[in-house]
Amino acid sequence: MAPETKHLEVTLDTHVESVNLAEEMCVRVAEAAGFNEDECYRIGMSVREGVINAFHYGNQEKPEKKIHLAIELTEERMIIHVLDEGKGFRLTDVPDPLAQENLLSTSGRGIFLMKAFMDEFDVHPGKTGGAELVMAKRLPPLGSPHSNGNESASNSGAPHQEA
Amino acid sequence: MPSLFATTREYSGISLVDLSGRISLGDGSALLRKTVRDLLDEGRTKIILNLGDVNYIDSSGIGELVSGFTAVRNRGGELKLLNLTKKVHDLLQITKLFTVFDVFNDESTAVRSFQ
Repeated sequence: MAPETKHLEVTLDTHVESVNLAEEMCVRVAEAAGFNEDECYRIGMSVREGVINAFHYGNQEKPEKKIHLAIELTEERMIIHVLDEGKGFRLTDVPDPLAQENLLSTSGRGIFLMKAFMDEFDVHPGKTGGAELVMAKRLPPLGSPHSNGNESASNSGAPHQEA
Repeated sequence: MPSLFATTREYSGISLVDLSGRISLGDGSALLRKTVRDLLDEGRTKIILNLGDVNYIDSSGIGELVSGFTAVRNRGGELKLLNLTKKVHDLLQITKLFTVFDVFNDESTAVRSFQ
């Protein structure tokens, strides 16, 4: 039997409120998947930064464009995709916010935070254009001190099982 | 409900701003920007931001802290931080901004640092 994967997809408006909505949604899924409070904070912050990136840089705050958020729960990882409808970008073109000349920059720390807070992070060209941010966090082992005690992600707030 | 609240106290030429809530994209960052700009417009250039009740800052909030720091410094003043929560402390540490800001854990020490 194939390993169970749960999948949730939502399309968000290019609006500030979508940032909060995406964060809350992913934190709920993370809690249901057994991540502890600190890890839920890191996942929530990463999703927030991903959607801010899509809202501001990708879609350039244009309300007619959409942000596509997808969450996958496999047996091992929580994987989050954030796709915008912008021009796309390459990770190698993003300035290092820790470089001395960028320390006092008022922007440009979102990608850094996603890389710091997630186990895996990458940027792909979206299938229909735009940039697709893909980030993942390994699930805590069941019954580990890092788990919040939930043994199943099928509680309320968890994504539905993909058909 | 607003995500951030700000109250300003004055101590012999020093403005101490008590912040509580989230400094994040939207009204939280906007309120911080307005608070610092209003103080600068009044000629107040010695500013302490008390972050003891700020439990969340995102990259937009970090940008606003840096923007305030630079704006105050450009007017010949100083903007300092007080009472960082662990999350905010860790965030400033990994972004290397802990080395940029003057950070204090005690209000009277922060006030005295201007004298």
